[in-house]
Amino acid sequence: MMHVTLAAAPGSSRTALAPLKVGIPRETHPGERRVAATPVTAAKILKLGLEVLVEAGAGEGADYSDAAYLEIGAQIVPDAGELWSRADIVLKVRPPAPIVPDGVSEADLLKEGGTLIGFVWPEQNPSLVERLGKRKATVLALDAVPRITRAQKMDALSAMANLVGYRAVIEAANSLGRVMGGQMTAAGRVAPANVLIVGAGVAGLAAIAAARALGATVSAFDTRPAVREQIESLGARFLELDFKEAGEGEGGYAKEMSEAFIAAEQALIAQYAKSSDVVITTALVPGHTAPVLLTSGAVVSMAPGSVVVDLAAEQGGNCPLTERDKMVEKFGIKILGFTDMASRMARQASDLYATTIFNLLEDVYDVKVRKIALDLEDEVHRGAVVLHDGKLLWPPPTRPRPRAAAPLPEKTDALAAQAARTQAPSRAGPWLAAIAGALLLTAGFVAGREFVEHLTVFLLACVVGWHVIWNVNPALHTPLMSVTNAISGIILVGGILLMRGGGIGAITVIAAVAILIASINVAGGFLVTQRMLRMFRR
Amino acid sequence: MTDSIASIQRLAYLAACLLFIYSLRGLSTQETARRGNLSGIAGMVLAVVVTAVALRAPGVSTGSTEAWGLLAGAIAVGAAIGAVVAARVGMTSMPELVAILHSFVGAAAVLVGIANYLEADNTGGAGSAVHGVEIVVGVFIGAVTFAGSVVAFGKLRGTLGSRPLLLPGRHLANAAMAVASVGLAAAFLRVPSPDGLWALLAITAIACVLGAHLVLAIGGGDMPVVVSMLNSYSGWAAAAAGFMLSNDLLIVTGALVGSSGAILSIIMCRAMNRSIWNVVFGGFGAAPAKGSSPSGPAGTIQEATVLEVADLLISARSVIIIPGYGMAVAQAQHPVKELTTLLLRRGTKVRYAIHPVAGRLPGHMNVLLAEANVSYDLVEEMDDINDDFGDTDLAIVIGANDIVNPSALTDATSPIYGMPVLEVWKAARVVMMKRSMNAGYAGVDNPLSYRPNTLMLFGDAKAMVGKLIGALTSVAREAA
Repeated sequence: MMHVTLAAAPGSSRTALAPLKVGIPRETHPGERRVAATPVTAAKILKLGLEVLVEAGAGEGADYSDAAYLEIGAQIVPDAGELWSRADIVLKVRPPAPIVPDGVSEADLLKEGGTLIGFVWPEQNPSLVERLGKRKATVLALDAVPRITRAQKMDALSAMANLVGYRAVIEAANSLGRVMGGQMTAAGRVAPANVLIVGAGVAGLAAIAAARALGATVSAFDTRPAVREQIESLGARFLELDFKEAGEGEGGYAKEMSEAFIAAEQALIAQYAKSSDVVITTALVPGHTAPVLLTSGAVVSMAPGSVVVDLAAEQGGNCPLTERDKMVEKFGIKILGFTDMASRMARQASDLYATTIFNLLEDVYDVKVRKIALDLEDEVHRGAVVLHDGKLLWPPPTRPRPRAAAPLPEKTDALAAQAARTQAPSRAGPWLAAIAGALLLTAGFVAGREFVEHLTVFLLACVVGWHVIWNVNPALHTPLMSVTNAISGIILVGGILLMRGGGIGAITVIAAVAILIASINVAGGFLVTQRMLRMFRR
Repeated sequence: MTDSIASIQRLAYLAACLLFIYSLRGLSTQETARRGNLSGIAGMVLAVVVTAVALRAPGVSTGSTEAWGLLAGAIAVGAAIGAVVAARVGMTSMPELVAILHSFVGAAAVLVGIANYLEADNTGGAGSAVHGVEIVVGVFIGAVTFAGSVVAFGKLRGTLGSRPLLLPGRHLANAAMAVASVGLAAAFLRVPSPDGLWALLAITAIACVLGAHLVLAIGGGDMPVVVSMLNSYSGWAAAAAGFMLSNDLLIVTGALVGSSGAILSIIMCRAMNRSIWNVVFGGFGAAPAKGSSPSGPAGTIQEATVLEVADLLISARSVIIIPGYGMAVAQAQHPVKELTTLLLRRGTKVRYAIHPVAGRLPGHMNVLLAEANVSYDLVEEMDDINDDFGDTDLAIVIGANDIVNPSALTDATSPIYGMPVLEVWKAARVVMMKRSMNAGYAGVDNPLSYRPNTLMLFGDAKAMVGKLIGALTSVAREAA
């Protein structure tokens, strides 16, 4: 606050103080009904000390009228051109695209040096990133916010996927010629519908929950064994694939699998699809064509009237028969390839999306200096930023982040240790090397050959010890310490060597005492280690 | 003959070294740990037997029968004492045992150094300057290890207070002691063998004071690092003895232990976001005296009854248990395991979250849980589980304090600021079992107690867990 008052002192330019304008354009993508800010989040943006400009009709698709925005103090701007030219920060849902009537790209409309926040998909849209770079833009991709605890409130992908999964079940139920739940009626018994969910990410899990809530019997498949627990916790059956290859990729996403593995998957899915009334596929690897998991053959084998919902349609689909944005009927099976599931619940989706985008904005906006202040040391900022004042900062450097989910303690430990190892020599390394070198040289001049030989052995052993230990499992720290303690009782040998003098004199007695206490150490150390290790069990 | 015996001895030493390396390597994973320990034992037996036999080998050494008898007697008595102690010690007093064993190595190194010095006289003044330096270094490290370990033992037992002893100008005092030792060493080197004994003993005394002082300056919460540092020192002491006795086996083995202990300390320090130099030179955690002295409770706490906590346990779908030193003190690991079994039988997801420095030894909690037969699949490391607290219904903190203190992340004035902690407060509910509202080992108030989603359950951990088990079983009986 101090800072601001100082800047407002006489004579200083007032323009630097004018609040930045946040623009909310109407989404131009066909079928897109969401909006990047609702009246609720717009009010929060105003509270940060920013101005809010909303394009007329921007909230219409999500049932938010212009009047609702006006009421909380936002300004309504009549058209896109004016909005883009006035806004310093633009919040969007879809990546900027050509505007249909006159073909101008939204990217070129962005104010020079302006900021854009929204879904960007930088890997899939390199030309867009290039165009935005020419505008000297700062671009934050909501889709690239790292999936870490602190950033969960900015995780728009999960928020949307959750809705999409739910909607997939609702759309399937709508197209299905039967009820989902089982009933015993006077007119006969109704068995519950069988629903198969392929891919248990956020969308898949939401679909499981929704299908279960409607009373269906749900089975689910995922390549990552770690999600078994989550699937079962929602009351679905986990379909197990007997094939050795774990599918956990970075950041909790599934990674791409080998061909043989996919064939095995297809076979398993086909087997269960046959008896399913609804199959919902959600298998997506970010930035890649979706894998074919539900083959044409598997679709043919399904009972007529069954429904397939392919949530991967936007990236080619998990089923080859899927047609994007359409419902098609093949072999009596309805296949839904809608990519606008979230827009089908535009109001709710906008509420959630707008909140995540506001959370990111709040995180990067510095109220004191009244501008976007990125901290590239911050994992969230670094992950999300694509362009910074036109400079390409994407992709961010990968950080080794051992994920919790997979039951692979050894492996993650190794990762952590490796990370530690790469950090280790950085600071003190050169200095230590110099000092050690100087000492060695002195030793070589002063001391004899024998000493240098011992020193060689000593240093080599240090290096061996250093490397042997790094990968130790933390649970074993105590046993390791007690075993090294026992081994350091090797001083016992020193005591024995001192007995070489012969006779019983002062030296022999001192040596005997040394031997005695060292033996306590050796025996105690090894035995206690043995005792501890015997207790460790799986 | 002499040559071949020497060669055989060297080969046996080589084998022993390899067995020790294999032993350390084996201790890195659960699967190979026991084999690792056995190969350590094999290496030790081999080394001792070969050295002892060579003592009487013709032409190699002049060891007498009496000396041999004395040697056998000393080993037998020592081993017997060690075995009895190892069999009797409770898993909760493991840290003290390890600390006191370190002091034995230190003491043995001092004795070996002194004896070696006296021996130089007998064999006719081989007291070259290099050898003298080797002796001084060996004795010095040994004495530091010895005194430091004894102090650590006292602190861990509770005989000495856990608070750091921070004398004014302590770094200066340390430096002065180091300088004095160097001066004495110079004097020691100038005179022929037996006459320098007084200087050597004086160095030993100074090193003892220094070692004790270094460890006294370290706060109780950082004991795991200290113990592992002392472990490292004991290795260096053995290596120094190897230099003075011209014995490669001692050098290699000492170096192995020394460097592995150093790594363990570094790993610990990273886990606590501390600088290793701070531990080596003592006196870290210097702030708590002033910075944020706990001037009475800083908020209101909510106290819970056993029944309330039992209700929470029954309704929770996922529970994470965070054990700390309090669990060790109360010997509560067996009831805790029983509670876990009950919950698992009810279909509740139960896991343990272990902070790298929970307890007073690295890995202390793992050992206790293993003793109670807790499957290690249920036991998770901090980094693996920290992200999961958000999806957890109930976190139960049993006798842990500093390792779950949110001010480590939020309060820059806190002495534990920057130390990664278990983020238990993200769980929907937190139950903290404590004996009282006293601050933790680091002497820092814990704001976790005042959080709205935290309930306090006061009492001895073992008794309280026992009551919880009773409450849970009676509920189960009613339901049946």
